[in-house]
Amino acid sequence: MNIGIPKELRPGEKRVAGSPKLLEKLKKLGFEISVESGAGAEANISDQDWIDAGASIVESADELWQQSDIIIKVNPPHDDEAGHLTKGKTLISFFWPAQNESLMKTIASQGANVLSMDCVPRISRAQKLDALSSMANIAGYRAVIEAGNNFGHFFTGQITAAGKVPPAKVLVIGAGVAGLSAIGCASSLGAIVRAFDTRPEVADQVKSMGGEFIYPDIEEDGAGEGGYAKVMSKEFIEAEMALFAEQAKEIDIIITTALIPGKPAPKLITAEMVQSMKAGSVIVDLAAEQGGNCELTEKDKLVKKHGVTLVGYTDFPSRMSGQASHLYANNIGHLFDELCPEKNGKIELNFEDEVIRGTTVIKEGEITWPAPAPKLSAAPPAEKKEAVIPPVTEPEKSGKRSGSLLGILIVAVLILGVGSVAPEKFMGHFTVFVLACFVGWQVIWNVTAALHTPLMSVTNAISSIIVLGALLQVGNSSGIIVVLASVAILITTINIFGGFLVTHRMLDMFRKD
Amino acid sequence: MSEGITTACYIVASILFILSLGGLSDQEKARRGNIYGIMGMLLAVGATLFNASVGNYGIIITVVIIGAVIGAILAARVKMTAMPELVAMLHSFVGLAAVLVGFATFLDESHAYTGAEKTIHEVEIFLGILIGAVTFTGSVVAFGKLSGKIGGAPLLLPARHLLNLLILIACIVLGWMFVNSGGSASMTPLIIMTILALLFGIHMVAAIGGADMPVVISMLNSYSGWAAAATGFMLSNDLLIVTGALVGSSGAILSIIMCRAMNRKFLSVILGGFGTKKSSASAGGSADQGEALAISGEETADLLKSSKSLVIVPGYGMAVAQAQQSVAAMTQKLRDQGVNVRFAIHPVAGRMPGHMNVLLAEAKLPYDIVLEMDEINDDFPDTDVVMVIGANDIVNPSAEDEPDSPIAGMPVLQVWNAKDVIVLKRSMATGYAGVENPLFFKDNTRMLFGDAKASIDSVSQGLG
Repeated sequence: MNIGIPKELRPGEKRVAGSPKLLEKLKKLGFEISVESGAGAEANISDQDWIDAGASIVESADELWQQSDIIIKVNPPHDDEAGHLTKGKTLISFFWPAQNESLMKTIASQGANVLSMDCVPRISRAQKLDALSSMANIAGYRAVIEAGNNFGHFFTGQITAAGKVPPAKVLVIGAGVAGLSAIGCASSLGAIVRAFDTRPEVADQVKSMGGEFIYPDIEEDGAGEGGYAKVMSKEFIEAEMALFAEQAKEIDIIITTALIPGKPAPKLITAEMVQSMKAGSVIVDLAAEQGGNCELTEKDKLVKKHGVTLVGYTDFPSRMSGQASHLYANNIGHLFDELCPEKNGKIELNFEDEVIRGTTVIKEGEITWPAPAPKLSAAPPAEKKEAVIPPVTEPEKSGKRSGSLLGILIVAVLILGVGSVAPEKFMGHFTVFVLACFVGWQVIWNVTAALHTPLMSVTNAISSIIVLGALLQVGNSSGIIVVLASVAILITTINIFGGFLVTHRMLDMFRKD
Repeated sequence: MSEGITTACYIVASILFILSLGGLSDQEKARRGNIYGIMGMLLAVGATLFNASVGNYGIIITVVIIGAVIGAILAARVKMTAMPELVAMLHSFVGLAAVLVGFATFLDESHAYTGAEKTIHEVEIFLGILIGAVTFTGSVVAFGKLSGKIGGAPLLLPARHLLNLLILIACIVLGWMFVNSGGSASMTPLIIMTILALLFGIHMVAAIGGADMPVVISMLNSYSGWAAAATGFMLSNDLLIVTGALVGSSGAILSIIMCRAMNRKFLSVILGGFGTKKSSASAGGSADQGEALAISGEETADLLKSSKSLVIVPGYGMAVAQAQQSVAAMTQKLRDQGVNVRFAIHPVAGRMPGHMNVLLAEAKLPYDIVLEMDEINDDFPDTDVVMVIGANDIVNPSAEDEPDSPIAGMPVLQVWNAKDVIVLKRSMATGYAGVENPLFFKDNTRMLFGDAKASIDSVSQGLG
């Protein structure tokens, strides 16, 4: 089948839905790929790069749309583009079906297939084709960079000859993919990072990225379905707003990423909070698309209010077009692994596959969105956590101690018992035996673990000291005893020589650097 | 030679044996330790040969030469990955020798005992043969399992505990009959007991699965010592008693160390049937594990190039794939590039105690970068990359996180604390314990699928 990658039409869009690496992969899967001339220019991928990766370059968009069976795009199609999506064609892009209902109906009426990259189910197996996460990661990173761009100070604290510079304090609200990425980026630049999320279980993830988790003193779990956050109670929101108000006074940079699916972004940073911030502070509002987490954010604009710079851009991934295209292309590549399991250059919309089922918005003209909720959740259910109790070791230990005491007692009684009936000669040997056990016990504990194998082979060799018994018996007059003893000598000799020699061989191998 | 001089030689031999084992406390002294062992053996055998009652020197010389040649060939030819098999086989020889010497002693009527001495002597013979027989067949089965001639899965007969108990009772009864019936009539119970003990040895080891082999091998090591000690009692020979006791306690200590490393009770290993109780946690927990992410050898090489520290965790899979030389070559390349490479050895990695150390030593890796679990576990958070080569249960976080897991409480290498973990594995199959390994699904884990040797070689190539 032919795959086409057109130039994005949306104004300001710099991404392209492919990379030379993706092309190589698709070729291996058996597809033919065409790219519209100049499609990757804004992402620094030249037409020659595409050709080198095995694509053919098509000059006009119309031609590309007509000749391709599968179209890979970043943004939802423009009305003109949608017109080309006739029966038998497949579109793969971000589609946002909830926001584009009429477009969806139009395409459905033409009989095409649409796979929407924003509908990839939130299950662990589908993580590698989760383009939203890829883009969120980039957005979080870029948010820190944009903040730094508008922030007149260092991120990291420094002691310079001219004096001490305090580190910047960054507050990240919402520890989703974008939030975690922002935490990681800011802390690696040297800032002090604090992060808030309604879901207390993300505290560990925040810590792992180098942030400090802050949480109001109130019990409520904000985890909703599919790993997203849900709307919180009024009391909780009040407590959290109080926390933000208090933080705002000392924080230099606030990055907000709070989104609730299908709802306008919650207003978390009020005008008063902005006012209370130091002059020169920066707020980057990653939720600007959905109305913003800050009351004063203006969508797609950079504004300065009360001395605070408010960044309301909605095109962070596009601002890192090279990285974004690369990751998006990888996500697409993983999607093709699912679509084309036979590696025969054909795609198959197998609805048994939960990932494909979820991603498919229109199948052969029939609207299949929304897909039934995935059976598996990305986050483990909460009750599992409560079951985690550190293994109890204390009682066992005390049990062992009383056990060993009991053991000593039993051994003592046994020895006494043996002593009361056994003849003197036996007791002599028995003394030797018990002492030898004791010596062995003391000596062997000192053997280093690395030499346990040589220990076994050398003990093997010396336990063949049984040969002495056989040697004493082989001179016997009885034929059968001689035979038994000879066999015993034979195998113990094998053992002695084998054991010592192999030990020698092994020990010779241990060398110091 | 007089009895006194013989005994004096035996005393010196005992001391040499103790020094030999003591020498293994570190790698520097170990070679000398082995020499002490050889000297002790030479002295003991030499002194015995001059004993008045030794005859048939022709037979002795012939047999010793044959044995020496076979032993030397075995020692020279054995692959280091096959050490567990060799050790198991040698154990079986000790067991068999104990049985043979026991029977010969029983048949030898030149020493006449009476009263309590006779009873004790007969009990000694009985016990010596019993322990020897169990060691013999147990080791043979262990050898079979280790060399793959017998399947590694535990054989679980119905009512196996009852069966063992019955054999034990039968042996006690037979022992009583043996001691109380005089002359040739006592031969029958002795032979029946021997057969039962042989069967018991088979059954005991057959019921124990592959990954419990370190315990089994140590245990059989211990048994071979006790068999020698019992023979010593039987022959009234203190050197045998001392040596047997040394070896016996050595094996016992190894068993204890292995059991601790698996957080398992010695008895439960011996009784066999690991993982037979159904675990609710693994059933429930494994459902939403998600998917493991794969990585290629080339990508691994890139990752390693940009890292400062690497810890390699080898497991039985490395031995199976014979990958130790490749690992050493890769290590050399990385160390040349300034990467701090170290190895972390779990006590039960491999199929016998210290197995991994020997393999790494064979590949000429310096032992001072090969560390034990306790030495390295705290370093993982500061480690850039961990490579797990063919190990599973010993790096399973559910041992710490899931109290219901069959391996709960087992001390494990906390590799997941490192920045990145690369797991080399043939496929996604579970480890020996049959427990899903959540490590494979962690965000910082990547799977490098394929044969360990081929994978390591491809990484090496990528390192340039």
